Amino acid sequence: MALDTQDLQDAVIDDRERGVFRVKRTTMTADAMWHLERKRVFDQCWLYVGHTSEIAEPGDFVRRKVAGRPLVFVRGRDGEVRAFYNSCTHRGARVCRQDHGNTKSFQCFYHAWTFSTEGKLVGIPDKEGYAHAVDPAELGLRPVARLACYRDFWFVSFNPEVEPLEDYLAGAKEYIDLVADQGADGMCVLPGTHQYACNANWKLMVENSVDGYHGAPLHHTYFAFLASQGDDDGAKQLRSVEARAYDLGNGHAVVDYPAPFPRAIARWHPIYGEDAKDELQGIRDELVDRCGEERAHRMAETCRNLLIYPNLLLLDVAGLTLRTVWPVRPDYMELTGYALAPRGESAAQTRRRLEGFNLFLGPGGLATPDDIEALEACQEGFAATAEDYSDISRGMHRDAATVDELQMRAFWREWQANMLGLGHGAHDEGPKPAPAGVAS
Amino acid sequence: MSVAAAASETLLTRLAVEDFLYAEAALLDAWRLDDWLALFTEDCRYFIPATDLPDGDPRATLGLIDDDRARLQGRVDRLNSAKAYREFPWSRTTRLITNVRLPADAPDTAPGELAVAANCAAWRYRKGDEQTLVGALEYRLAPAADDAPAAFRIRSKRVVLTAEALRPHGTLSIIL
Repeated sequence: MALDTQDLQDAVIDDRERGVFRVKRTTMTADAMWHLERKRVFDQCWLYVGHTSEIAEPGDFVRRKVAGRPLVFVRGRDGEVRAFYNSCTHRGARVCRQDHGNTKSFQCFYHAWTFSTEGKLVGIPDKEGYAHAVDPAELGLRPVARLACYRDFWFVSFNPEVEPLEDYLAGAKEYIDLVADQGADGMCVLPGTHQYACNANWKLMVENSVDGYHGAPLHHTYFAFLASQGDDDGAKQLRSVEARAYDLGNGHAVVDYPAPFPRAIARWHPIYGEDAKDELQGIRDELVDRCGEERAHRMAETCRNLLIYPNLLLLDVAGLTLRTVWPVRPDYMELTGYALAPRGESAAQTRRRLEGFNLFLGPGGLATPDDIEALEACQEGFAATAEDYSDISRGMHRDAATVDELQMRAFWREWQANMLGLGHGAHDEGPKPAPAGVAS
Repeated sequence: MSVAAAASETLLTRLAVEDFLYAEAALLDAWRLDDWLALFTEDCRYFIPATDLPDGDPRATLGLIDDDRARLQGRVDRLNSAKAYREFPWSRTTRLITNVRLPADAPDTAPGELAVAANCAAWRYRKGDEQTLVGALEYRLAPAADDAPAAFRIRSKRVVLTAEALRPHGTLSIIL
């Protein structure tokens, strides 16, 4: 199937007057959609690559695959952070063959060309074998077109013309701040990652990660466990009047709601035990001193699922996790989860944080496996009904709640504009249509 | 004790441990999860490190599973319900337990505890998918009361997966 403009226009029905929003299921199944996404989404946007704390010292590096491209994310011996293609400029082999570490140089194992941590070609065996025209100064490791950082979160773009990162992040910056400010000395990524997968289209996980509507029905067993530990108001919080959803511009979106979970950032829960109360109160007091009561309250007692378009989720929930969603095929994605924590927090706090994280999140948690099951079930359904549409209209007639679907519409509006080559989407939902049962 | 007598005692202990581990695997294959949980002590830990950090310390690093008794109970209750959708209906599994050893120099072994190392291969079938989960098992076993049905109780169980990532598995939804 070759795509034309009409196919892309038909892919999303956005009827703001009637309050109807639908997405055609071929967006999740067709090879042609996926091929175009690579060009118009993943080759255009800013994409998350790593966190400052992962390469804290000169010579530290991690390998990352970003939109299928193998990269080395490295702090040079000169202290500067860079992102290179992990490919020798001689004949293309991987020059970095460890997932992480600290090094003085990267030496290709094929013909032993050697590159500094700043990417310069510093060693060619039997250099006399080359004419003067072969200039080592032109054969350094190839940097990714753009690299930029916001609050220790580093992003790359394969698009040299991409707008500045801070413009791109738009309204998401305030929500990143609510994570970055949780530690007085900044945040760090803890060792250990969740590396898993799902046999479904990547956009299903993006939707799922900011979907409050599914929380209560799909994750019954998780909330039942919390209830067994002395907290029975868990899932109700998702439906409280304070539980909202916001379109943050440029495809970014968030659900922001009173915490239904224990939170190591200062929301005590019986699961932590009485012993933890004093320490959590101390952490909350420090947040108030540093950030004021309003922001301290948001950090401690509310939580957020933040989508940074197109594929980064910052889930500030039972644990604090960064999740990247990488499409591999239209019906298969790879997922990686990282745990974030305030730098220098106590061992007891890290332990509480990780226990909360593990209980809900990740491939062995009490919740994520059922998300994966649901997304795979959707994908199976799509295969049989690809010409049909999925309905994402929920809440178009009101100020969006966490259990509504504004956050998915924000994603899809941006996605459609990107796919049509129109830049950013138009995100204002405008005047609200009449609620159900009221004649208009 | 003579060398032969010591060797014989070690052998008998290992046979008792093997019987215990085979029985544990049979309970899991049969989804008799309440009976399985009864094998654990009240102060137990059940830990599966992240695939990229097999030596991870659950107190300081992110793992795949880090359960105490209460959370293990939650896991069992969940899998016994019809609302653990990844495992309802239950998958079919077969576990092979092999290479059982009694390391004499295992760290963090309390007096009276027995350190056990073994390998595990588990196959999981569901909805046309086949998963193979291979790993190393590390136990600390406490002696059970004389009238208990099993010879030991599990104080800690650590499963180190051999896979580099849970791909293409997706999830770890069964108990290993």
